[in-house]
Amino acid sequence: MSEAPEQNPQPPPAAVTDAAKKQALARLRRALPRESLLTRPEQLKPYESDGLTALREMPWVVVLPETEDALRAVLEICREHGIPVVPRGAGTGLSGGARPSGDGVLLGLSKMNRILEVDLDNCAARVQPGVRNLAISEAVAEHGLYYAPDPSSQIACSIGGNVAENSGGVHCLKYGLTVNNVLGLKVLTLAGDELLIGGPGGDPESLDLLALFCGSEGLLGVVTEVWVRLLPVPPERRVLLAAFPTVEGAAGSVAAIIGRGLIPAGLEMMDTPAIQAAEAFVHAGYPANAGAILLCELDGVPAEVDADAEMVSRVFAEFGADEVQVATSTEEQARLWLGRKAAFPAVGRLAPDYYCMDGTIPRASLAEVLTRIGGLSERYGLAVANVFHAGDGNLHPLILYDANAPGELERAERFGADILALCVAAGGTVTGEHGVGVEKLDPMCGQFSAAELEQFARLKAAFDPDGLMNPGKAIPTLSRCSEIGGMHVHGGRLPFPNLERF
Amino acid sequence: MADLGEELLQAVATARDQGQPLSIAGTGSKSFLTRPETAVRDSRLLSTVEHTGVVDYRPDELVVTVRTGTLLRELAQTLAREGQMLGFEPPEFRGLGTVGGAVASGLAGPGRPARGSVRDAVLGVQMINGLGERLVFGGQVMKNVAGFDVSRLQAGAYGMLGLLLEVSLKVLPRPQAELTLRLEKSATDAHAEMRRWARLPHPISAAAWLEEGLWVRLSGAEAAVNQTAAALGGEHQTDNDFWSGLKDHGLPLFRRDGLCCRHLPPASAPSAEDELIEWLGARRWSTSAPGAVGYQPFAAGFARHRCRDGGGDGKIADYQARLKAAFDPDSLFNPELTDADVPA
Ligand SMILES: Cc1cc2nc3c(=O)[nH]c(=O)nc-3n(C[C@H](O)[C@H](O)[C@H](O)COP(=O)(O)OP(=O)(O)OC[C@H]3O[C@@H](n4cnc5c(N)ncnc54)[C@H](O)[C@@H]3O)c2cc1C
Repeated sequence: MSEAPEQNPQPPPAAVTDAAKKQALARLRRALPRESLLTRPEQLKPYESDGLTALREMPWVVVLPETEDALRAVLEICREHGIPVVPRGAGTGLSGGARPSGDGVLLGLSKMNRILEVDLDNCAARVQPGVRNLAISEAVAEHGLYYAPDPSSQIACSIGGNVAENSGGVHCLKYGLTVNNVLGLKVLTLAGDELLIGGPGGDPESLDLLALFCGSEGLLGVVTEVWVRLLPVPPERRVLLAAFPTVEGAAGSVAAIIGRGLIPAGLEMMDTPAIQAAEAFVHAGYPANAGAILLCELDGVPAEVDADAEMVSRVFAEFGADEVQVATSTEEQARLWLGRKAAFPAVGRLAPDYYCMDGTIPRASLAEVLTRIGGLSERYGLAVANVFHAGDGNLHPLILYDANAPGELERAERFGADILALCVAAGGTVTGEHGVGVEKLDPMCGQFSAAELEQFARLKAAFDPDGLMNPGKAIPTLSRCSEIGGMHVHGGRLPFPNLERF
Repeated sequence: MADLGEELLQAVATARDQGQPLSIAGTGSKSFLTRPETAVRDSRLLSTVEHTGVVDYRPDELVVTVRTGTLLRELAQTLAREGQMLGFEPPEFRGLGTVGGAVASGLAGPGRPARGSVRDAVLGVQMINGLGERLVFGGQVMKNVAGFDVSRLQAGAYGMLGLLLEVSLKVLPRPQAELTLRLEKSATDAHAEMRRWARLPHPISAAAWLEEGLWVRLSGAEAAVNQTAAALGGEHQTDNDFWSGLKDHGLPLFRRDGLCCRHLPPASAPSAEDELIEWLGARRWSTSAPGAVGYQPFAAGFARHRCRDGGGDGKIADYQARLKAAFDPDSLFNPELTDADVPA
């Protein structure tokens, strides 16, 4: 059906010559104040990876522009000398999206961190990309407003990174992802074009570039300003914790709550290893012997929260919860959330290393997929802990391993790849919120056909004809896919024949 | 209920070989938005009307996957049987609107501020691009960041990028209780009231000011709806006709000449010309606004202006054109929307 492409829509950028680097460096020195250009190895070291620390590479140089003019100058120099540009926010990304290129400029946006405008009347704020996610809510808290998407990394991660990854968080079940909570963007393309997209009062342009930029992982341009939507802080919040003897009971409750017409503010699940790790770490009062717990947050006007809490409690009872705790006070709620929020570092204490996965599946497959992940865990001889956004079906299995034990990292990676294949087979996706980066290039080959991948490449080329914006990320090349032999096959035949489809 | 995917794919391939431009249409309920008075390039109609049916519906997952020729009216019935609905309330235009047209036009109804826009509900698409390739993007799950978000890009693209075969949409539970109030208010007071609500959580799912009346729809848990209704006062309305009249453009206002609508930062003060204020202030309608300010999303040829001028500054229009070429390099689809030689 699809014909052979006449030419590769976007050939990889040519290797950067030493002469080009030398010229570019001289120009960068002239264009930037001294403290905005880092070149010495000890200065570059902190930037050698993002949150996916297993994949490192030293950047050629790091630039930290403070102004749009400086940023524009950097892009121009890079384009003219054919130097790749890797944008970086706070570097908390978990898929290697901000992993440097040894030949490229690492473009750190952390110094562009001002809140430019808070428009209380329109419930919106205009911020620079380096502003931390939580800083927005903190800045508007006194007005009873907040910015809804709340990745667990929110004290550190930047709004520019959130846009680039279309990040989610605990409250995205009810309030949506980044794409549903930004109103406008200012973007600078490599060609130096400034695109003003949307704003506090706009209907989108004819093609919805705002939606396209969300989740584009820095491949299309640099986000230089973000208009975020602010929401009123709900007058009432309640958190319920339910403990179940088995994962099935918890998973059944998730499907039932949503199937019966309630969309809680948050609905999170933890399995036994995650519960025990969290309990040992922060003593949140979780029932340590439970097979699974659910944390359900309800918010709204008091009468609504009462009605919803009653419904949720009924579902918990129906699905065999042994214990339900209800937190009405802010302190109690903070205690219940504490274990969930500390779960990653808590699990991190169980083994020298962990590998955080991020697939999404239909909620109805939760119990089945978790059981299969348990099976894989035995097969690979590596423990796994699950703590995740159950309401969205967004799994975060944490695979425990020891990078110093020969072969364990490779085993962990194969285990992870099998989990992602399970997610695709269940009708889901290889990444729910952490992005593809470099980490999930191979699984992308299983999720998309050659024609789809080429469509992505043509789309990128429309914004970045030189192919210098974050090259080698997010979209695998066809040759890579055919090398790993994991090419997508239409018609339900999967690239992983050893895994049954269900 | 028929799957015409293969036939449509074939039709696109043939048209491509012959260099024959195609105009994509469902029932044509919105053709007044797109059709030029005179066709410059002679395009062939490519109709989705027989490509119908719900492919997959999982109420527990809040997702439905539908062939694009399916009537919105029929989809609404299917969803209602499970106590669900489309949150973005697309106009059905005399009951003829199709799912494909709703997504392609990106037009949303009264509930948009509370329940999201069309693109907020799009989770996945299956489409045919201008190279005659059948492509699948997104999926049926709420969170999915694998690859560029090509599916949400289709909302409001008016078929410029390709023919949509199937779309997966997020659906919402119908509220347990719903109630409509009408309060007597001037435009200024009504607008001030709407802005106050925007700052306070309330079970308000829609609000609109028209003819000195502020209409409010409350949706949610029964107790919350009743409590808020008591606090707001006003007259209770026994049916929801006002909202369907607003959504489907059945209200008399929509038959007036020169009707024009503007999207504004919602807190912008009402002007003397505003005749209908909705979306908590973000969308205003008038028949006598000074010509240049507004635009006429429901006027003949609207989509042509929008697609050609890109809605933004010149730079944006350039990138829109490149994006179009990335999907449809030979400009096979809907030339009347993008061709520069068609009078706008
Ligand atoms: C402990 C922990 C918990 C986490 N929890 C969550 C969670 O709950 N939900 C979730 O979604 N994610 C989570 N993450 C992942 C990560 O925090 C998010 O992906 C976050 O949005 C990344 O933001 P950042 O500023 O660190 O971006 P970086 O990691 O610096 O960059 C991420 C990507 O964005 C690009 N980029 C950054 N800034 C710009 C810009 N201005 N313009 C263009 N491109 C840009 C980069 O090139 C890169 O591809 C977690 C990470 C950690 C370490």
